[in-house]
Amino acid sequence: MTYRQTLLELDPRRVMIAKGKNASELFPAVVKNVASKNIEDPNQLIRASALRVLSSIRVPIIVPIMMLAIKEASSDLSPYVRKNAAHAIQKLYSLDPEQKEMLIEVIEKLLKDKSTLVAGSVVMAFEEVCPDRIDLIHKNYRKLCNLLVDVEEWGQVVIIHMLTRYARTQFVSPWKDDEVVEEYSENNFYESDEEQKEKDQKVKNTYTMDPDHRLLLRNTKPLLQSRNAAVVMAVAQLYWHLAPKSEAGIVSKSLVRLLHSNREVQYIVLQNIATMSIQRKGMFEPYLKSFYVRSTDPTMIKTLKLEILTNLANEANISTLLREFQTYVRSQDKQFAAATIQAIGRCATNITEVTDTCLNGLVCLLSNRDEIVVAESVVVIKKLLQTQPAHHGEIIKHMAKLLDNITVPVARASILWLIGEYCERVPKIAPDVLRKTAKTFTNEDDLVKLQILNLGAKLYLTNSKQTKLLTQYVLNLGKYDQSYDIRDRTRFIRQLIVPNEKSGALSKYAKKIFLAQKPAPLLESPFKDRDHFQLGTLSHTLNSRATGYLELSDWPKVAPDPSVRNVDVAELGISGKRRPSDSSDTESASSEENSSDSEAESDSKSDSESGKSRNATSSKVAAPVSVPTKTHELLHRMSGKGLAAHYHFSRQPGIFGDRMVSVQLTVTNTTDQKIENIHIKEKKLPPGMRMHEFNPIECLEPAGSITVSMGIDFCDSAQMASFQLCTKDDYFNVNIQPPVGELLLPVTMSEKDFKKEQGMLTGMNETSATIAVAPQNSTRLVIIEKVVKAANLGVVPSGQDNIHRFAAKTVHSGSLMLVTVELKESSTAQLIINTEKTVIGSVLLRELKPVLSQG
Amino acid sequence: MIHSLFLINCSGDIFLEKHWKSVVSQSVCDYFFEAQEKAIDVENVPPVISTPHHYLISIYRDKIFFVSVIQTEVPPLFVIEFLHRVADTFQDYFGECSETAIKDNVVIVYELLEEMLDNGFPLATESNILKELIKPPTILRSVVNSITGSSNVGDTLPTGQLSNIPWRRAGVKYTNNEAYFDVIEEIDAIIDKSGSTVFAEIQGVIDSCIKLSGMPDLSLSFMNPRLLDDVSFHPCIRFKRWESERVLSFIPPDGNFRLISYRVSSQNLVAIPVYVKHMISFKENSSSGRFDVTIGPKQNMGKTVEGVVMTVHMPKAVLNMNLTATQGSYTFDPVIKVLTWDVGKITPQKLPNLKGIVNLQSGAPKPEENPSLNIQFKIQQLAISGLKVNRLDMYGEKYKPFKGVKYITKAGKFQVRT
Repeated sequence: MTYRQTLLELDPRRVMIAKGKNASELFPAVVKNVASKNIEDPNQLIRASALRVLSSIRVPIIVPIMMLAIKEASSDLSPYVRKNAAHAIQKLYSLDPEQKEMLIEVIEKLLKDKSTLVAGSVVMAFEEVCPDRIDLIHKNYRKLCNLLVDVEEWGQVVIIHMLTRYARTQFVSPWKDDEVVEEYSENNFYESDEEQKEKDQKVKNTYTMDPDHRLLLRNTKPLLQSRNAAVVMAVAQLYWHLAPKSEAGIVSKSLVRLLHSNREVQYIVLQNIATMSIQRKGMFEPYLKSFYVRSTDPTMIKTLKLEILTNLANEANISTLLREFQTYVRSQDKQFAAATIQAIGRCATNITEVTDTCLNGLVCLLSNRDEIVVAESVVVIKKLLQTQPAHHGEIIKHMAKLLDNITVPVARASILWLIGEYCERVPKIAPDVLRKTAKTFTNEDDLVKLQILNLGAKLYLTNSKQTKLLTQYVLNLGKYDQSYDIRDRTRFIRQLIVPNEKSGALSKYAKKIFLAQKPAPLLESPFKDRDHFQLGTLSHTLNSRATGYLELSDWPKVAPDPSVRNVDVAELGISGKRRPSDSSDTESASSEENSSDSEAESDSKSDSESGKSRNATSSKVAAPVSVPTKTHELLHRMSGKGLAAHYHFSRQPGIFGDRMVSVQLTVTNTTDQKIENIHIKEKKLPPGMRMHEFNPIECLEPAGSITVSMGIDFCDSAQMASFQLCTKDDYFNVNIQPPVGELLLPVTMSEKDFKKEQGMLTGMNETSATIAVAPQNSTRLVIIEKVVKAANLGVVPSGQDNIHRFAAKTVHSGSLMLVTVELKESSTAQLIINTEKTVIGSVLLRELKPVLSQG
Repeated sequence: MIHSLFLINCSGDIFLEKHWKSVVSQSVCDYFFEAQEKAIDVENVPPVISTPHHYLISIYRDKIFFVSVIQTEVPPLFVIEFLHRVADTFQDYFGECSETAIKDNVVIVYELLEEMLDNGFPLATESNILKELIKPPTILRSVVNSITGSSNVGDTLPTGQLSNIPWRRAGVKYTNNEAYFDVIEEIDAIIDKSGSTVFAEIQGVIDSCIKLSGMPDLSLSFMNPRLLDDVSFHPCIRFKRWESERVLSFIPPDGNFRLISYRVSSQNLVAIPVYVKHMISFKENSSSGRFDVTIGPKQNMGKTVEGVVMTVHMPKAVLNMNLTATQGSYTFDPVIKVLTWDVGKITPQKLPNLKGIVNLQSGAPKPEENPSLNIQFKIQQLAISGLKVNRLDMYGEKYKPFKGVKYITKAGKFQVRT
């Protein structure tokens, strides 16, 4: 039976359609029959799809069958079936929430799964069924962090979001308390350096990041390079919410990259950048120009970009920005032009240096032909004048003149309010304005009517001689207005300002009430309050809590016990052979785990080994610093009867197993006939040495050449590997002798660790020599280049200029190999090698000597 | 996560719906139509809409709205990215992602959607796996199918889903083994009135077409990898190799795919290959204006600039345009007020020029702003950033593949403000 037939047979919709009648009663029986048959099929794909179809049937009667099937599938040998089991959990949960407890058990089991196929799906189920059961994550935290890179992209998004929430409950805040203050007030910039240092030191003393916290940050970082925008955004929000403020900056570049994508992605990313840029301007300042608006952008993108530009404005870039804004103001898209005016207003209030410039610019816009632009300018000018209670009589007069032409209600209302508020500054104009508006009162918008009443009241109080009658006229009009708001306000104002016997004590204070100093409106970003939502979520986009939104908790004051994340050997469960002892101490456990664990520990033998090689402390295998291009001759074409072979060391770690040195072999045919069946035979290897041969080359064309890879385990000795290179009708004895520098794998470690390790490898384990160094070899770069070329060493960052440190471990046993080059006076240098493998150590010393002394 | 999907065409007909959980009534789309009406322009329909019981996340691709219905909190980009992946898959299967193509292949569409999402969570989105499960339609197959009554469903088991390189199908065999790489760079730029560059960056991609048998392990190296400022990778690329050696090492998917995309943003690195001289003016109190634009080549490294097209969104007040082009042809659409000038190739000896009179609505005020000019062009055999592929090596297989690299530079969002 094929895969698809299974599906067909099981798909209830198709079955029913085929029969053309309601078959739901017979359903459980049919399902049970068919499902039980397929769910035990020897082929994993059929088992998986049987489960998938079974769980897609939304009929409550089959819940028990489903539960049984899920349980069974969750311990299936095939990870693909287990993945489908994880999917089925959610389906069953939505069908029957009663099953929750049982399903949590399955989730718990599947969370322990080591397969990258399962990880994403089970975390999804976890989020859906029991997102509050953080305790289930503890033991799997490190594993999830380490698997993350290899999980498929959709799973990555879900896991990253979950881990963000998890981390916020488990680790203490990496944000220094005083940093927030620094971010906001630029004045601190001038603080004396010493003070700063002192502060830093204090912070450093109090805070050290949990290694697990660091692990998460480190393992998510490569995902910023994902092609999937959702993954990039997920990492960005993780860094935003979890990383120390100084590190969060690395995400900006990737976010800016997403802006080249389609408009929907742009929209979401820009929204998130808008929220980020309010709090931490510095993150996006270098990318200011990426937010410049194009006339072809959709309006929603334009306004978001404008928002970000406004957030990023500061003293340094404001002049450039204002010039850019001038282009926008003239845009044909009037809605956008209006938004630009708002933005200019915000810049003007935030950056006092340019307030006057902005104000002048806005006043110029008052003569614009487009009404929306003028109206918006009026509104913004009103707000600006309010924050700047200086003498702006001229501007107010100018605006009073505009009143004759402007019809947009908001703008008219704003002008009237301004004149009323500052009526004492324009004593001649104000009554005249009231006169004019009294005439048009009945035709005005409600908003304007209210402001006319306001203006009347204020004038009545300050200049009752001229305006008493006018105000009363306006109040009378208001009394019979259609809108009850207007009528209401009229009654209120009349009682307050016109003294009569009934009016209470309040009217005495009328002037104080109406002409009180009003607080200036704050011009701030509409994204100001969004930061309480987790970035990248639907809730953040909508700025309202979506169903199922999980709150991001505040950092705990004191971190919960970090040891809950330790995994002990017994609990490794399913494939217990992986990962040897990391229960010993918490510090090393995390760092050991992340030693790019791919195959490094898959071999069960390493269990015994790892006890010995405790030197893995906080060092991890790194990629080679340089790959030498030097090739060695394996077989000369004369002695090989036309067959030539060269080899070089490609320094790729662990292609053929973790103890093999990989060797690239290039075989060339220099004859004019085909050479067939090139292979390896008759290995004469010293005891312990192993070799992974290349697949036989079937045929090599004349003048053709082929590069193949092979792996040799040299057992950490410089003995040569001899074997026969055979063709169809001939054989040649050849041998490969490794330079000791190739028997190493570079490791990265900190200077501190290096010194610690070096301290343990003294005496017998130390060899040293004094060498003369050629003068051109005395710079740091040259030394590093020469040394890593000669031997596969990792560079250790060094605090001193004259000491250079390199670290590696031997390929076979993983013993550390520490190399120190200390430059002395008069172009000599001390070369020290610390290692348990003294033989290789001394050979390496001998090999490194000429490297540095030669020019 | 994703509850349902509706496909809606430009005239507002829902022509396809698919539900992964329970059925959601079509009426939920009314909220979408409402938003669409408010937005006026299709481009301005907000991608995320909140309704009383659901959330709608939509994308607009090839004149089709893909509207998905969501019930609970989900990262919106997750859904958006997935919907684009669906559209990409249709494109891949049917050659185009249009209403007719979807309607013609409605069975395959449903099969694809069923495989791509399981209970609303993405299951198989890699084109290689999908093609194993569901064969793309060909004329021959559809004829055979209609006679024999069989379907497009593959009859082999999709083993790709199980492997740890899910993007490549197993057992690939070709008689001609070929690997082609197209290095395509787009220049995004804003040029201001005076001709100086306000903003410029290069967005590049390497699109590959790889038809190699077996399981080839490729490594591609560049002469100048340091140029690449910010790179995003296809999942097949080994990140560690790139980090340490700046070599792209990967087992490729079969067929067409995007290997990397990158950005070169340092502004002084970006050479702008064309310049535009323009004179656009509208006279006060008269119903006409002048329009005079010349395009010329600049810093193009001896390559010809071709495929030049200029589009201009003229102000609303423009009624008609009366122009003469020294080269190519122009059209003006009086309804949407878009001027398109198809120039073709630029020869430095005789620069193309478009010149004439603009007729304005009588009585309308003079337009405030001159329109910006959007320029498209293409330069073959040149990567403007100077990126060069050094070599491609293949390991793991024994045959000798045919290799090819092509460079193209294009204008991306290239805008000249006037």
